[in-house]
Amino acid sequence: MPDSNKKLDTIKDFKSSDVKENTAIHVAPSPHIRDTKANTQKMMIDVLIALTPVVLVSVYLFRAYAVKQLLICLVSCLIAEYVFVRMRGRSMTLKDCSAGVTGIILALSLPGSAPWFVGVIASVVAMGIGKIIFGGLGMNIFNPAMVGRAFVMIAFAGLMSAGSYENITGLVDAVSGATPLSAMKFNNTSVEFSHLFFGNTNGSIGETSSAACIIGGLFLVFKKTASWQIPVSIVLTVLAIAGITDVAKAGSGLFIVHHLFSGALMFGAFFIATDPVTSPLTSKGKWIFGFGTGMLIMIIRLFSGYPEGVMFAVLMMNAVTPLINRWTNPQPMGEA
Amino acid sequence: MADQPTAFERFVQGILPENPVYRQLLGLCPTLAVTNGMKPALTMACSVAFVLLCANIVISLIRDLLKPHLRIVVFTLTIATFVTIADRFLAAYLFQMSKTLGPYIPLIIVNCLIICRCEVCASKQSVFTAAADAIGQAIGFGLALSSIAAVREILGTGMFFGMRVLPEVWPDWVIMVLPPGAFLTLGLLLGLVNWVGIIKSRRSS
Repeated sequence: MPDSNKKLDTIKDFKSSDVKENTAIHVAPSPHIRDTKANTQKMMIDVLIALTPVVLVSVYLFRAYAVKQLLICLVSCLIAEYVFVRMRGRSMTLKDCSAGVTGIILALSLPGSAPWFVGVIASVVAMGIGKIIFGGLGMNIFNPAMVGRAFVMIAFAGLMSAGSYENITGLVDAVSGATPLSAMKFNNTSVEFSHLFFGNTNGSIGETSSAACIIGGLFLVFKKTASWQIPVSIVLTVLAIAGITDVAKAGSGLFIVHHLFSGALMFGAFFIATDPVTSPLTSKGKWIFGFGTGMLIMIIRLFSGYPEGVMFAVLMMNAVTPLINRWTNPQPMGEA
Repeated sequence: MADQPTAFERFVQGILPENPVYRQLLGLCPTLAVTNGMKPALTMACSVAFVLLCANIVISLIRDLLKPHLRIVVFTLTIATFVTIADRFLAAYLFQMSKTLGPYIPLIIVNCLIICRCEVCASKQSVFTAAADAIGQAIGFGLALSSIAAVREILGTGMFFGMRVLPEVWPDWVIMVLPPGAFLTLGLLLGLVNWVGIIKSRRSS
């Protein structure tokens, strides 16, 4: 013990003297050029701005259902974050808006007709098991919103499945029916492109409108809050696999359109897969990540019992992200 | 041999201070696999208790004959004998339960908890101490299994021992009776036990 105490003392001494010397010249390891204004809060506000079109479209399409789901998830995510951070005795992190972003993404990925407890449980799981258990924001391995969604997806499969979707088009009264992807998969029927693109179909409240997701996503990419490599590589991979399948089936191209613009592909590619914490750091790694996600999405869509696979694909690629990071770690110059 | 724990200490330690699941992290395979309901969990706990008690007694009786390089083989053969008895007994008298538990009863042979107790206690101490140790550890294992099974069965089906304890409107958390529920429950309860331990040690110091 005396030895370690001595060591601690010397470290303290070193630090205090270090600070004194450094007041004249700032000495720090790389990176030397950085944007001092960039911080978590700013990034999260960018994401919130980018989510605005998606939120607006979902509220227009699903009305009260969307408002209810958004409020439930937002409030319970914030409360869960507050409680769990208090439990760990850390300083409060509500201000960085990350809990709010998780709440909104989670709400947008739930069907509007899901009962209130689905959103609450998903939020608590997202915050508690998805994030805080790993040590808070920046330490989590899996995308918190998707952890919460996966939990309720398996726990309440009946309430989350396509049959319980209910679509309020705003023009007529409630219409219930299958989502485009499950209609295609199980009944072999298809939906018009314009409906898929603008979101006039069934689905989770945020995923139906590809147009809104693309507008928000492009904003994120141009602000450089989200990397462009991940969405591009996911969409290209899905396009390639859907294209090959379509040619093999001698289809009319509707198959490709369905796989690109229905389901959660655009929402997932721009808002979920690009989470900077759970995606690779290097450019090459991002391409690999996007390619893997796209492959898994199509494998799940085509060969599994689920009509949609964005959530599971992203979670599986999150799990291998540390490996991708190690694999694509750039070698410092001069080292073999 | 003076520093070996007494029979009473062995018994008490097995229940909570050295709980097989929560403290030693032993025997996690059945802990995860059969805790989706109270009934299979308790059947498993009883089978393990029977095997553990018998194996500990036999190993303790022959402890002077054990050769160091052959002891693991002897342990395994002894355990396998009693596991076969337990397996055939369940198949004869509790056929449905035997079907439900499937391969997990034969797998008690490789349950590291039992071989650990043989090595740590039975091969070194008297029959009485070994038996007390086995009972203590078996109670600890049963407590751990039933705590996990209680959480999983109540949340997953709204029932406890097959009887409804939560109102009909309870939405069954299907995930809790599936394998992910086992990992989540074990992890969270393990965290809870450690947390209580930390608070206790802080209070006493």
